[in-house]
Amino acid sequence: MSAATAPVQLSESKLARRETWGQLGRSKTFVVGAVVVGFWIFWAIAGSHLTPQDPLALGTHILVRPGGAHWLGTDSLGRDVLSRVLAGATGVMKIAPLATLLGVAGGTVVGLVTGYFRGLVDEALGRLIDALLALPLIVIAVTALVALGASNGTLIVVIGVVFTPLVARTVRAAVLAERDLDYVSAARLRGERAPYILFAEMLPNVMGPIIVEATVRLGYAIFAVAGLTFLGFGIQPPSPDWSLQISQNYALLSGGSYWWTVLFPGLAIATLVVGVNLIADGLTQVLER
Amino acid sequence: MARFLLKRFGLALITLVLLSMIVFAAAQLLPGDVGRNILGGFADQRSVDLLNHQLGVDRPVYVQYGDWISHLVRGDLGMSLEYKVSVSSLLGPSLLHSLKLAALAFVLVVPLSILGGVTAALRQGRITDRTITVRGLSLTAVPEFVTAIVLIVIFGVALGLLPTTAQAPPGASFLTQIKFLLLPSLALVAVLFGYIARIARAGVIEALDADYTRTAYLKGLDTKTVIRRHVLRNALLPTIAVVATQTGYLIGGLVVIEKLFNYPGIGQRIYVAAQNKDFTMLESGVLVIGMVYLLATLVADTLYSLLNPRIRYGGVD
Repeated sequence: MSAATAPVQLSESKLARRETWGQLGRSKTFVVGAVVVGFWIFWAIAGSHLTPQDPLALGTHILVRPGGAHWLGTDSLGRDVLSRVLAGATGVMKIAPLATLLGVAGGTVVGLVTGYFRGLVDEALGRLIDALLALPLIVIAVTALVALGASNGTLIVVIGVVFTPLVARTVRAAVLAERDLDYVSAARLRGERAPYILFAEMLPNVMGPIIVEATVRLGYAIFAVAGLTFLGFGIQPPSPDWSLQISQNYALLSGGSYWWTVLFPGLAIATLVVGVNLIADGLTQVLER
Repeated sequence: MARFLLKRFGLALITLVLLSMIVFAAAQLLPGDVGRNILGGFADQRSVDLLNHQLGVDRPVYVQYGDWISHLVRGDLGMSLEYKVSVSSLLGPSLLHSLKLAALAFVLVVPLSILGGVTAALRQGRITDRTITVRGLSLTAVPEFVTAIVLIVIFGVALGLLPTTAQAPPGASFLTQIKFLLLPSLALVAVLFGYIARIARAGVIEALDADYTRTAYLKGLDTKTVIRRHVLRNALLPTIAVVATQTGYLIGGLVVIEKLFNYPGIGQRIYVAAQNKDFTMLESGVLVIGMVYLLATLVADTLYSLLNPRIRYGGVD
């Protein structure tokens, strides 16, 4: 590529980017997902500052039915369910993205290296992934969290580490399709070093699948954090986290049918994960064509 | 075909060995100083060392692993640290309970999701397709305990149709047992449906596009025959493989679902073991789950090769 064509190239890539955003804006699934996730991001940041009542404040009116002063009722400690549902986004919205980031960063490096060099490491990694896949994520995570002690930090690390080989597999597949293309051979013939070829030449070209994988993983991360928190190995009380609310109150379901203490936090989780998956679906349609 | 299966069996064996190493590392090495954990922070170093020596955890890692694995292959899973009885006597009945629940979920989800996927594919791009795909995708993404809560609120609390616990009273008839297991298995079905349906849909769409389908139409076969004999036969092969890989997820879902419904399966066992730091029970439970998964994959491979003439007659391996 000579210097003269460089400016044209730049505007072309800008155009392509604008087109991608345009397509995303026209994708109904993407827009709906973005609105839903945006709503929860807002509440994750606003936290307890904007909720109608303090989500942690105990009250004397316990297990009040939805309506009146408490739109969604109160729980067994008299806390306002609406405030707790709105404030409940904070924990999972911090942990799940960080865990995803860790897994995607690690997986991208491993995937690039193994896909480009192939060989023994590649083979060994493939076997290791197969072995890991034989275990459900939640089972690996429970084992590791028990051994290391449950905390937000370990939760992020454990999920991130489990995600790494899974992301690596996707990135590796994308790299395999790229490694024999002309621009890679050209870079190699120019005498570029492997790290430059991997991160400056190939990485931008496999960004599409990586972004899609990251969104899909984010959905799984929320799924995992929710499940682990429900089991008691994730986010710890007194956080108003949705899964914690469910695990604290679901025993009331069969006893007195106080359904509002669990149904609303449950619906909150459902909207968040469905939103993330709609975004992933929209991205897949636009980026992987 | 024998070569294909032998190869798969060998791979499963290697995976199993790797898996045992991972589990061993997680359960035996991560907790750190075993003697210190048992005796507490105030015990003097000498008694900690002594206990570690008695437990054999002061030996090199590979010796410990060899010892553990040699007991394991003889069916000796060790003693539960919590209950002081052999792990296998506790895990056996739990596994049976879980298999019951998983079997019901499978019996429900496989025909449902294949039907859903095939219907979506035949109506590709139309509203039925979008509904099935988006609904399936959304259901798959929602954690199983959330789906279960919604199901309990609807069928258990509001309509009062189904029991909200999973364990039928002792001596209950087969049908009553199924009634009790219906809600938990439906929660598992919800998560699996979207995924299997999606693969079935993709398979059918690919087969509809294939040359052999066009040939079948051109030689004058009617749509029904083409779909049944040409499209479905080819489309459902990948689905079988996917169904097997989902067993791994299914058992993961059991941990959460069994806790929610208070059902005494292997998931509940693992959960309780994790809470009590009963590491011998935990590692055995996790390993059993891995083995069940590998076994399911092997069964799927066998089925796959029996159904696929390209492998049955030994062309591909």
